Amino acid sequence: MQQRPNSSRRQFLGLAGGAAVLGVIPIVTVRPAEATPAMLASAIQSVTGGATVRTGKVKLDIPPLVENGNTVPMTVSVINPMAPEDHVRSIHVFNEKNPQPNIANFHLGPHNGRAQVSTRIRLADSQKIVAIARLSDGSFWSASVDVVVTLAACTEEVI
Amino acid sequence: MASALINVPAKAKRGDIIEIKTLMSHIMETGYRHMASGEVVPRDIITSFTCRFNGNEIFRADLFPAIAANPFITFFTTATESGKFEFEWIGDQGFSETASASIMVE
Repeated sequence: MQQRPNSSRRQFLGLAGGAAVLGVIPIVTVRPAEATPAMLASAIQSVTGGATVRTGKVKLDIPPLVENGNTVPMTVSVINPMAPEDHVRSIHVFNEKNPQPNIANFHLGPHNGRAQVSTRIRLADSQKIVAIARLSDGSFWSASVDVVVTLAACTEEVI
Repeated sequence: MASALINVPAKAKRGDIIEIKTLMSHIMETGYRHMASGEVVPRDIITSFTCRFNGNEIFRADLFPAIAANPFITFFTTATESGKFEFEWIGDQGFSETASASIMVE
């Protein structure tokens, strides 16, 4: 006797939950559609050769809000030992919305002691930056950061 | 015309991990900018930076137009012996520059 109202309440909650999820889905699906343009994906593919890239180990330091896209400080480090048998072989940095997807490739070895590189980059738009590290065992690790740029690089006219 | 700034510690203890900072003055013209007349300004960037220690390559970077003007690159290395770091920048339109720095390892 008591089962009935209980189960209908459950059904109602289930339906209500389902409706809420359906309502949210369009908002969620719009985001990934603009997040990974084909150029970024193919540039990553040419480095990894189709190997799986796992998230982690890599740390990408870029200010989240950039006033001037012409010079943006960037530090990328990999939390991994730099021993002859286990080290970081290279670090590749990519962007999403500059005219070219590559930013830089850094080639390292066990003699570096620490897998950390800093430089200054240009960003043409607010976008996602991706860093991928290749380890000596052939595995790939990545990190990505979203950056908001107020003054874009590359687009101004030369007088 | 072109000039390099190098920062390498003069002395280090054996086994220390030291930071090397380099800066090369260069316009790093992307090749994506236009003049007022509509002409594209031809690309003129540094495409490769290499650091060698006592003749052995210890660090190399491939650079793209997304690197800011006057490329500033820092990296680390383990001090193993006294010697000389040699830096080389190669780029478009025949650009080639070198610099060097010495270190004493105790």
